[in-house]
Amino acid sequence: MEKVLLRDGEITLHTRERSNKWQMYINIKGTDIFVRKSTGTANLDDAAQIATKYYDQLKSKANSASNSASGVIGWVDERLPILSFVRDHLTNYYAPKNFNFWYFFGSLAFVILFLQIFTGIFLAMHYKPDAKLAFDSVEFIMRDVNLGWLIRYMHSTGASAFFVVVYLHMFRALMYGSFKKPRELIWLFGVFIYLALMAEAFMGYLLPWGQMSYWGAQVIINLFTTIPFIGPELGVWIRGDFAISDPTLTRFFALHIVAVPMVILLLVILHLAALHTVGSNNPDGVEIKKYKDENGVPLDGVPFHPYYTVKDFVGIGVFLFLFSTTVFFMPEMGGYFLEHANFIPANPLVTPEHIAPVWYFTPFYSILRAIPDPAFGALAMALSIVVLFFLPWIDNNPIKSIRYRSMLFRINLFVFVTGFLILGYLGVKAPTPLYSALALRFSEMYFIFFALLFFYSKSRGNFFSYIFAGSMISLITIYDLTRISLDNYILILTGLFLVCAFILFMTISPLYTNLNKEKEVPERVTG
Amino acid sequence: MKNLFIFFIFFALSINISLAASQKSELAQKYKASNSISNKASLQRGAKYYVNYCSGCHSLKYMRMNTLAKDLGIDEVIFSKNLIFANKKIGETMTIPMKEADAIQWFGALPPDLSLTARSKGADYIYAKLNTYYEDDNSVTGYNNIAYPNTSMPHILAELQGGQKIVLDSNNNPISFDKTSEGSFSDKEYKQLTNDITNFLVYVSEPAKLKRYSMGFWVLLFLFIFTILAYYTKKEFWKDVH
Amino acid sequence: MSSDNPDNSRRKFLSGSLTLVGGTGAAATLWPFLSSMAPSAKAKAAGAPVKVDISELKDGEKIDLIWRKKPIWVVKRTKAMLDSINTNEAKHKDPLSDNTEQQPDFAKNKFRSLKPEVLVLEGVCTHLGCNPAYNPEENNFFCACHGSKFDMAGKVSNGSPAGANLKVPPYRFEDDNTIVVGEMPAPASKDNV
Repeated sequence: MEKVLLRDGEITLHTRERSNKWQMYINIKGTDIFVRKSTGTANLDDAAQIATKYYDQLKSKANSASNSASGVIGWVDERLPILSFVRDHLTNYYAPKNFNFWYFFGSLAFVILFLQIFTGIFLAMHYKPDAKLAFDSVEFIMRDVNLGWLIRYMHSTGASAFFVVVYLHMFRALMYGSFKKPRELIWLFGVFIYLALMAEAFMGYLLPWGQMSYWGAQVIINLFTTIPFIGPELGVWIRGDFAISDPTLTRFFALHIVAVPMVILLLVILHLAALHTVGSNNPDGVEIKKYKDENGVPLDGVPFHPYYTVKDFVGIGVFLFLFSTTVFFMPEMGGYFLEHANFIPANPLVTPEHIAPVWYFTPFYSILRAIPDPAFGALAMALSIVVLFFLPWIDNNPIKSIRYRSMLFRINLFVFVTGFLILGYLGVKAPTPLYSALALRFSEMYFIFFALLFFYSKSRGNFFSYIFAGSMISLITIYDLTRISLDNYILILTGLFLVCAFILFMTISPLYTNLNKEKEVPERVTG
Repeated sequence: MKNLFIFFIFFALSINISLAASQKSELAQKYKASNSISNKASLQRGAKYYVNYCSGCHSLKYMRMNTLAKDLGIDEVIFSKNLIFANKKIGETMTIPMKEADAIQWFGALPPDLSLTARSKGADYIYAKLNTYYEDDNSVTGYNNIAYPNTSMPHILAELQGGQKIVLDSNNNPISFDKTSEGSFSDKEYKQLTNDITNFLVYVSEPAKLKRYSMGFWVLLFLFIFTILAYYTKKEFWKDVH
Repeated sequence: MSSDNPDNSRRKFLSGSLTLVGGTGAAATLWPFLSSMAPSAKAKAAGAPVKVDISELKDGEKIDLIWRKKPIWVVKRTKAMLDSINTNEAKHKDPLSDNTEQQPDFAKNKFRSLKPEVLVLEGVCTHLGCNPAYNPEENNFFCACHGSKFDMAGKVSNGSPAGANLKVPPYRFEDDNTIVVGEMPAPASKDNV
């Protein structure tokens, strides 16, 4: 008769009955080692007690034998599972081995988040959130605080770098279908992070209390006043005054340094927790968890640590090189990271000639301006962000990676990204008739991208294709008919023709060509 | 490596979108400051000219004088003797005693603080402003300006520059200047002087610029070594992965 | 993923040096942040030497000024006050001003000053930092917080909770009637003592 008394990992302590005596064995990795001839009793419970005691002795001996550091870590780990956390998320977290360049941006975003919080803490030591003192205190940081200029430039460049990295990170998700089942939640948390980041950046930009801070905030807060019924009161409530002034600055400061960062941190934790539950996607868009070895390790996975930590260090090195180049040699980035007009203190009586938001907002600002009616413009802008939340349910195509999707999908994504960049460019320009027309058309293209994603979710028949194209075209045409006049008909008709031609090509060509033909997805990752 | 290249292109793209062209006069745009902040002699001359000609009206309220003395390599004692008026201490900033009410009576407006003008409006603007004064009988001060039309600022440097009139083309656009009287400075000397003042104001707008570049060089060197090392470590570890 | 890689030593060397270089970089990055917490140029400028004109100061009078955010007393000591100063070991904790932290070398003398009649002191009690009060009638300074007593040279009396004499700041005479607090006397003027 045999009885297992204790089991801890690969170690088992068990007893065997022999001629009415219990003998104790310790089994390590399948090998039995005889420990004690007899527990001196035939009573199983007593034997178990003795075994426990003996086991504890062995263990404390092993502990004291090992060095003190692991002793401390061991002590802590018994009370707080640090080691198992490291195991679960680094050394035993298996990431696909085929990550490419686009997979640097997640960890880079994390590095920047840390950098922003760290530099932000030190800026807050010297900054004064008071309309009378704010501008001066920023110059105080730039001039009088030891190396304060460096900390400030790190923070201001970090804000822009954050958006560069996050945009590239999102583009990666679009390319490789990282938002698709089972990763919908990761994407949702990601979009929430992006939203929180926009709020964070917007409120942070008010703090230097320069002209652009003031008038940029003015424009954005006025967006809220376009909401029907409650709008005007809402605007006053947000500002805490009838115009942007000291209370606005003070509350933005509080939100910028305490509330929103906490929200972002929480969302990042959720984003990562969701990621580590389902595992990372990869450029082939296949699930590595499908093929595992006998130990349950994915065949196409490598432990995050050391393989991806060491790889990410390369990415971080390159990033910090570019980042430092900006910080030390062109912190204003020609007026894009730090706008020239923001070196003039806020003046509620003088509007700068040309108000442009910081570059990372300009695509959405373009969408806002594209529609002349402010309420509908604001609605379109809100919609352009809200639509991102629904992406996992808009694009139902089972193929994740762009590598195996059709030519038309690639064209669609390319046009979308180009359009987004053009919208960004238009957003910093003063609106001319041509620019406004372009902004409107590319805003339409922004939404057409999502409509086409839905269209490409499965192969569509004749009827559906024509109805789909027809309804989109008529929607755009009707809107154009409401605003056409003798002054602008050339611009409108040209734009209308181009957009309609694009829609027709993208929806009808699959019926007659193999442009929408998808490739076969491999079972395992390639290369 | 190909991918890195793409990243660089993205980065370059974000830089290269040029600034919206402002509606400045073409004539004013001909005046480009050729300032170099590493030219200490020019900065020192600029500081001297600024204190002599500008600081009566224009404060530099963020510029601490001992920082200035140190950065420009001027001994504090010499600095105190020659460049500080109004019994100020060297640790203070270069404010002016002019009262706002007086200023409004004299000039119609408070002469702006120039600490950050080089950053908000650019060095070229300052240089153009100092060079494009022209005689205009309709103006209270007798001078008008191309870079800042209808400026209320008198032409402080008129005696040095001499007088000039604008030459208009057929569309009434100013195209050049015509000298009406000689100043105590030659044209070349005057350009040098205004360039020095511009250079000085560029320094004043961001004193950290003097340190930024040299410090940046070492940081980049370090990061370069770090990245190379990280790259080879990565390569070594990834030998395992097939 | 073989752990017994033939190039294990190369691997150890590379990751070791990466850690070292990276760690050095991270430590160096801390420098701007730590130094940003030291006094700013503005604070340092405010801590610049302060000049005071004592031509109007009458016998027994005390004026207060601020240097480096600390109160500085300038007292014109009367003959009686000077007479009250002694270096009696029984009465003082540090009768001979042996604690070099508490005064510049030029003030390590009986009156703890450059000129006997002019006393310059930091008005901060060496116990817990209160501001002692000036009692010209009793020829002493008395700290109401915890009852420390200092004589007319700022020497702490036995039985006081304070352990050290009041601090003498660096100062010099620009001329007979102008004191510059925060600057040491020029070497030549040392014979003023």
